[in-house]
Amino acid sequence: MGRVLLNRLATTIPSVVGVVIVTFLLTRALPGDPAIYFAGPEASPQSIAEVRQQLGLDRSWPEQFVRYVASLMRGDLGISLTTGQPVLSEILLRLPASAELTFLGLFIAAAIALPLGVIAAVRPNSWIDHLCRVVSTAGVSLPTFFTGLLLIYVFYYVLGWSPAPLGRLDILYSPPPMRTGFYIIDSLLVGQISVFFATLSQLLLPALSLAVFSLAPLARITRASMLTALSSEFVRTARASGLSRWQIVAVYAFRNAILPVVTILGMVFSFLLGANVLVEKVFAWPGIGSYAIDALVASDYAPVQGFVLTMALLYITLNFLIDVLYSLLDPRVGISA
Amino acid sequence: MTELFSHARYVLTQNPLSGFAFVLFVLLLVLAVFGPALAPHDPFAGNTGQALQPPSALHWLGTDQLGRDILSRIIIAARLDLAIAAASVALAFVVGTAMGLAAGYLGGWTDRVVGRITDTIMAFPLFVLAMGIVAALGNTIINIVYATAIIGLPLYARLARAETIVRCGAGYVEAARLCGNSELRILLGHILPNIMPLMVVQTSLTFGYTILNVAGLSFIGLGVRPPTAEWGIMVADGASFIISGEWWVALFPGLALMVAVFCFNLLGDGLRDIIDPRSRT
Amino acid sequence: MKPDEVVPLLTVEDLSVEFRTRSGTVHAVDRIGFDIYPGETLAVVGESGSGKSVTSYAIMGILDNAARVTSGRVLFRGTDLLKEDEVRMREIRGREFAMIFQNPRTALNPIRPVGKQIADVLSRHAGLSASEAYRRAIEVLAQVKIPDPERRARAYPFELSGGMCQRVMIAMALSCRPALLIADEPTTGLDATIQAVIMDLIGEIAQAQGMATLLITHDLALASEQADRIAVMHAGHIVEIAPTKDLLTAPRHPYTRSLIAATPAPAASLSELAAIPGALPDLRRDDLPPCRYSERCPRHEADCDGPLPLERLSARHTVACWHPL
Repeated sequence: MGRVLLNRLATTIPSVVGVVIVTFLLTRALPGDPAIYFAGPEASPQSIAEVRQQLGLDRSWPEQFVRYVASLMRGDLGISLTTGQPVLSEILLRLPASAELTFLGLFIAAAIALPLGVIAAVRPNSWIDHLCRVVSTAGVSLPTFFTGLLLIYVFYYVLGWSPAPLGRLDILYSPPPMRTGFYIIDSLLVGQISVFFATLSQLLLPALSLAVFSLAPLARITRASMLTALSSEFVRTARASGLSRWQIVAVYAFRNAILPVVTILGMVFSFLLGANVLVEKVFAWPGIGSYAIDALVASDYAPVQGFVLTMALLYITLNFLIDVLYSLLDPRVGISA
Repeated sequence: MTELFSHARYVLTQNPLSGFAFVLFVLLLVLAVFGPALAPHDPFAGNTGQALQPPSALHWLGTDQLGRDILSRIIIAARLDLAIAAASVALAFVVGTAMGLAAGYLGGWTDRVVGRITDTIMAFPLFVLAMGIVAALGNTIINIVYATAIIGLPLYARLARAETIVRCGAGYVEAARLCGNSELRILLGHILPNIMPLMVVQTSLTFGYTILNVAGLSFIGLGVRPPTAEWGIMVADGASFIISGEWWVALFPGLALMVAVFCFNLLGDGLRDIIDPRSRT
Repeated sequence: MKPDEVVPLLTVEDLSVEFRTRSGTVHAVDRIGFDIYPGETLAVVGESGSGKSVTSYAIMGILDNAARVTSGRVLFRGTDLLKEDEVRMREIRGREFAMIFQNPRTALNPIRPVGKQIADVLSRHAGLSASEAYRRAIEVLAQVKIPDPERRARAYPFELSGGMCQRVMIAMALSCRPALLIADEPTTGLDATIQAVIMDLIGEIAQAQGMATLLITHDLALASEQADRIAVMHAGHIVEIAPTKDLLTAPRHPYTRSLIAATPAPAASLSELAAIPGALPDLRRDDLPPCRYSERCPRHEADCDGPLPLERLSARHTVACWHPL
């Protein structure tokens, strides 16, 4: 298994290379003189020339690429014009906020979709089955930003159950001491229960917005693969052996059915990381998505480039971890490689 | 052909949803084509005295913050949104299919290069890549088309490649070759027509997704500028009014988006049931 | 074994099963009946589609949702299995009677070690703890003559050969010492040499445990080697039941005779094989004749269209034919 993982790790290298090349091309593809974009709209010809020299834009393309890679290795993603801070440090500061949101969204989606799909498969043509099918079809039609706004309107404005969508934590509370950057975990680690609940209530609506869309493919695939597993020959053998209902559904069918679901997690994450940006705008969430949007509006390009690169590297890592998870679940992986 | 029609009729009547989706599709098409003629008010004529009015007899869906009639704006936005999505899907379809055909048929270096390109695109979360492309190329509508087409490419390329490889092993390709047909002729005359139905099904299934991407990009301020009427940007305008209770400004454009995407998803499902029922989940 | 004196272990009486499909109702099995006595091996032989497997699934109670039992009883030790509720059935399935299937590798859970799969059955029925059950599973693997059972117990089905997988299935089925084993095409798909080994293994265990065997197969030669009695099935009907020797030397049903003629004997050449004319009737028809072989039968006469008789030719030989040979 170790060898399989090493192989898989090796295949991420071309992806990383490709990503770096693409982000490089994107900045150099800016219409006109890239130096102007990086120097900012207020810059004097003097500072533009400085920036041009700094970024090596006056050199040949291969040389520019080498300098680009070198600066990446140093962790230099440029400086944000609007804040004057290094892009990398700002991204690292804001990353936990986005990550917390994304993972909670996935967690909620899975917590709903998996049981829904399993029960729909175990009880075909019941109301749960119909609900599952409706969710699978309708869920993918809802624009995430629209869902977010709808949820705000219903739960904040009309019902008053949710707090104002103004970020991670109501101003009444101060954030817990920084350990992981995930407020949920950090607040529990020091036992600040009120902060924990406050965080959760702020997180709920944005995470739900993310969950609604990703629910659909998860529920659909879970239901389909459970149906396949339940009608398979080995489940027939299990039934013939008189195994209990729980054993058959949970141990025999479900563990086999979960494999295709893990496979589509990659696609689900692709969506989640993108939709994260939209949700952060709707809920004024201080993550890297809103960082990029603010930079875009201000024509501040270094943060945008840093954002795209970071998201891509994050996504490559997540895909690798999904592969690891899959090979842990399926002992057959690696035999025909 | 008649067999196809009778099968199509069977599917449409068996599944009333597909029939409903088809009707909706025609409606959207009508809106797109005849939009400006159907709008009750001038979509660009603002009247600040009438700003933020809830739905009424005069303005069926209310007015926005500049007093413009929301219904009229939604109607003419249909044309823009559908046109952008159509252009994007068409571009992705043509380029992606060509790439996939070439990769599957020629193999070797072509296959590897095409594979690298699609893998690299897929290494990004797709919406993020689209953001990056638009940010780099410039904030215009045509760049939205390019960006969403690029992220839509890999799907078509991979499907075309897989289907081409399957058909390359089929007997009729060998027979055509033996008859002296040139490679290009075989590719275009035999393989392409055979993979076309599956590719078309794929198009309708991804059309809805493309509309969502286009709207999403507009929502964060990319591509479309005011005062252009486009569903995504209308929702963005309405977003700030949600917390003060003027729900109609964001809701109706959002519903329009939902209905359009839902319609294309159902249509895609129906088409797939007609053409290739075995691949349904 | 004198069947007249001993009470049957399993009695199938007047059993009918139909399937609802999109293209109509398939009358898969129509009013069949047979007995199995303790310790004996009864083979049910027939072409594909004759209803043999459906019968075994009906006995086990594992028919799928599209199937309906429309008549009959399945008496196992006096209890009608068809009337038992699912909870009770789950208790006796695997313990009092068990089943092994065709394609052993796909009939086992692909992502669970085989030792654990056997242990699952043992924990369920023998009330053993997980570790006890696992230890016992290794013992059972040794019983079915799998070499190095401790190592093999940790293996997954894809790591084992077809023959070994079938041994694992046998181990699973026999771990709780059931009184009846139903074997549905257990050797189809295995190498010829392995086939003999597997059948011998089953026979050995059956004898040691006093277990009855219901062998389902399309291979008359295999049945003739292994079974005490043979029941011949055609299109959902049982057309003849007789002790093996009697059936082979003096078949009384035209279909049985054709089947024998179509079965290759070791010394026969291919040109001597006689094909059975016609094909199985479409079981979705509503107008099926009472004798479903009549349309293919060379001895068909006008009065064959009456309701099918079951003639008891002797104490142990029954045939369903108006004009037996």
